[in-house]
This record gives sequence, structure tokens and C-alpha cells, in this order.
Amino acid sequence: MRARLAPDIRHQVHAWLLLLPAALLLGLFTHYPTLATLWQSAHSTPKGFRPARFIGFAQYAAMADDPVFWQAIGNNLVYALGTLPPSIALALLMALWMNGRLAGRPFLRAAYFMPTVLPMIAVANIWLFFYTPDYGLLDQILHALGFAGRNWLGDRETVLACLIVMTIWKEAGFFMIFYLAALQQIPVSLAEPAAFEGASRWYYFRCVLFPLLMPTTLFVLVNAAINAFRLVDHIVAMTKGGPDNASILLLFYIYEVGFKFWDTGYAAALTVVLVAALAVVALGQYFFLDRRIHYQ
Amino acid sequence: MSAAATTSPADLGTRTGRLDAIAAWLLALLWIAPLVYALWAAIHPAQFAVRFELTAPLTFDNFTRAWTAAPFARYILNTVLMVTMILAVQLALVTLAAFAFARYSFAGREAMFALVLVQLMIMPDVLIVENYLTLERLGLIDSLLGIGLPYMGSAFGIFLLRQTFKTVPRELDEAARIEGCGLLGTLWRVYVPLARPVYVAFGLVSVSYHWNNFLWPLIVTNSVTTRPLTVGLQIFAAPEQGLDWGLICAGTLMSSAPLVIAFLVFQRQFVQSFMRAGIR
Repeated sequence: MRARLAPDIRHQVHAWLLLLPAALLLGLFTHYPTLATLWQSAHSTPKGFRPARFIGFAQYAAMADDPVFWQAIGNNLVYALGTLPPSIALALLMALWMNGRLAGRPFLRAAYFMPTVLPMIAVANIWLFFYTPDYGLLDQILHALGFAGRNWLGDRETVLACLIVMTIWKEAGFFMIFYLAALQQIPVSLAEPAAFEGASRWYYFRCVLFPLLMPTTLFVLVNAAINAFRLVDHIVAMTKGGPDNASILLLFYIYEVGFKFWDTGYAAALTVVLVAALAVVALGQYFFLDRRIHYQ
Repeated sequence: MSAAATTSPADLGTRTGRLDAIAAWLLALLWIAPLVYALWAAIHPAQFAVRFELTAPLTFDNFTRAWTAAPFARYILNTVLMVTMILAVQLALVTLAAFAFARYSFAGREAMFALVLVQLMIMPDVLIVENYLTLERLGLIDSLLGIGLPYMGSAFGIFLLRQTFKTVPRELDEAARIEGCGLLGTLWRVYVPLARPVYVAFGLVSVSYHWNNFLWPLIVTNSVTTRPLTVGLQIFAAPEQGLDWGLICAGTLMSSAPLVIAFLVFQRQFVQSFMRAGIR
């Protein structure tokens, strides 16, 4: 009995030893902080000699009454909805072009993909100048055409749209890659009969390509949605959430509450909401959408 | 990316094919316009920042001024050290963990794997406050190790390599063991070489991610000796510098240049790596 068990136990020990270093780090910086955030969100922020004490859902109650929180949630939704469809549509268009036989494809690929390689903070600096009132490129062009300029990033009406346009530019080329990978797996044999029977390009796209690309679209959609909640570099560099919180996003608000006001308890409650939003996005993929789009 | 691949609808008709080409090129030109513009502003004197005359005098002045106005050399060193350290540790840890998941059956394997996958959805980027407190307890605030530590156990890497290791034929594994290779010897001689393209893919994705990462390093660092390029650039370009656009564009280009040049040189590898990393 013993002789038969021993190798198995050794096998198990080996497996756990292999796993241990990565598991420790994952636990320390993903699972522990997730649970700690949950715990902290039920406590007050320690101040001076006053330690944190249990306050139940008080942080969440405060959050429900916090107009900035609701503004951040609303902005994040607008930002995600404004970024996702155009960047995905552009990505698909780029991929269809790249998959064809256009002249100069290496150049096209480099041009489309380039913004992906740039740091968001560098992109923000370049675009900051486009949006600068009067002196900036956008206003100069408008002036030359005889229109009046405006303070693009300083105006509640336009600030979020400006960030959305910039993000579409930054991300479309990245998503193109996934469509391109998927398109290359679609057999030629599908296109030929369609062409032979005189199917229009639009028909072929709508009835053959697009359904086949659905899993990719979903994958891109989930990633883009996660990015919309995860990336706030450009907010730090361009608007700091302003004017008047018109461009504040949830993670940026967490950053401000946590590191400007040092209100860790409230920041924890906000983080719980952010994590819940990310979980909904990811789980939605598994439980709802995944089932409906598998074409076999 | 082979040219022979598919007959795309783009070449079903030559007239629409030509329209496609024109549209694709227009979009490409529009897409690189911001970068071209940044380059224009960086290599011309300030008065030509928005005056596009082909005869405008060229200058390298913006770059030399930017280089001396901020410790860019130090920032570059910091970024290179940080990125290298993160990647080195990631590769080691991820290889071991992926091997365990791919080739061992142990109690709790599925549960552990599910726990690993949690990180794909809740990245360290999001848990900034608690991770900062953890680093504080470890005494790692304002250190390069502190920037890198939360990312070193990469769920993404484990996932990617596990998939690859699973495709390695068992016979190769057994042959190596019969030849007298130990556990780590087999991993090193059989699995790692076979997974090389995946390592390249993961490496490129990881390097570009951490080269460009900003918010977390901004929170963790507060001195010149630890700040990576992105944070240094942000401080350099902060509005207090005034509206010297050529200077800011020069600084921006300098901090993006290493990655952009690497991308232009290894374009195919970059694109294919991101592709490989995306197919799950």
C-alpha cells in the first residue's frame, strides 16, 4: 500500500512546488487585495489614533448619496458605449482590408497598429495639443475654415467625446489583430461559392463572415469593455476628471479618493463596485453570450 | 499573414477593389497623422508648430533641450531595468506553474486554475489602494521591485503556456525521462524549446504592456531613481512647462522611440505575437 501511495504523493508535492511561487504572488496581489477591499469597505478609514471600526454598509450608503460617484458611473458607461462600437467596426474594416490583396499592406499594417505600441501617456500628450483652445491644431484648422474654435477639453459638452475619439484611435488597430487572426482561419471555400452565385459583398459579409466572426467580436467586446474601466492614464494627463467632473471615470475617482484624500475605506467601497462591474462583463461572456454564438 | 490565404471579397470586383484601396490608404494616412504631426512639431522651431511650410528650417534643438530638461537617460534606464526584471521573473514563474497545470494531476487543480484565471478579469491595475498598502508593509514603496511585483505571477502567461505545454506529445516527455532527464531537465530540454514562439509572443506583449504602464508606477514611485519613462514624461509635460509644444513632442517621441523602432523593425513578429496571444 505504502509503496503504491508514495509516488503519487511525490507527484502531488512536485506539482504544488512548481505552482507555489506564482500562486503566492497571485494570492498576494490579486486574491488577498480583492478580499481585503471587501473587508475594508465595511470599515471606516483609520485616522490618526482612531483605528478603523466596523460600520457595515455605511460606505455604500454614502456612495449612493455621492453625486460624483454617479457621475463617474455615468461617464464610464458613456465612455464605454462611445468607444466600443466604433473601434470594433473600424477594427473589422481594417482587418478585412488587411486580409485582401491591397497594395502596400506592410505600410497599412504599420499605420493601423502603431497607436497600440505607443504609451497612452504619450498619446495623451500629443492629443492634448490637438485639443488646446485657439493655439491647438483642431482650432487652427477650424479657424482656417472660418469656424469658431472652442475649449474642447474645458467644455462639459465636448470633453468626453474628445477622449472617446482618441481612445478609438488608440485601440482600433489592436482589435484589428484579433479579427485578422480569425479571418485567416476562415476557409477560402466559403467565399468562392458565394462569389459564384453572385452574392453581393454585403450579403456575403452579413450572412457568412459576420456570424463566423461572432466569437471574435465577443472576445474583442469583452476586452474593450475591460479596458474602458481599467485605463485612466489619459484622464490623469489630460483632464484630471474635469471640468467639473465631466470626464471623471471610476478608476480615476478611486485614485483620487485613495491617494489624494487618503480615504481608504471609501476607496475600497468604490473598488468593490469597479470589481463587480468587471466581473459582470467577464461572467456575462461565459454564462450568457458564449452559449448563443457558437456556430458549429 | 501569407498572401496566398483567402480570396477576400475585396478582389471580387476590380472597381470596388480600387475604392477599397483608396479608402484603406486614406484611413492609414489619417491614422499616422498624429504621429507625423508630433514629429513635425519636434523637428521645427516653435513658430512653425502649426504652420506647415515645407521650407521651414529643421532643428534638433527640441530634442537636446528635452534631454537636458529632464533626466530622460535615468528614466530610460529605470524602464529598461523594470521591464527586464518583470519579464525575467514572469518567464520563470509562469513556466513552472504552467507545467504543473499541463502535466500534473493533483488535488485541487481545477480550483487552482480557476483562481488563476480570476486575474484575467481583476488585474492588479484595479486594486491600487490595497496593493499600495501591501507594498508599504513590505517596505517596497518607491522601488522598481515594488512596481513589478504585483505583475510577476501572470495569469495570462500561465494560461498561454499551459495551452502550449498540453500540445507537447507525451512520448517526447517519456523519452526524455528514459534518457535520464529529471523533472526540471525535461521541462527545460523538451517543453521550453517547443514553446519558443509562445515565449516570444508573451515577451513582446509583456514588454509593451509594462513599458507603457503608467498609473501604478505613478502611485508607487516618487523619486528620479525609480520613475519609469511614462511617469517621467508626465512630470516633464505637465502644464507648468508652458506651451512649448516642440519640446513636449520631442520628449514624447523620445520616450516612445525605443518601442516604436523595435516595432517597425520586428513588425511581423509584433503583430503575430499579439495575434497568438489573443487566440485562446
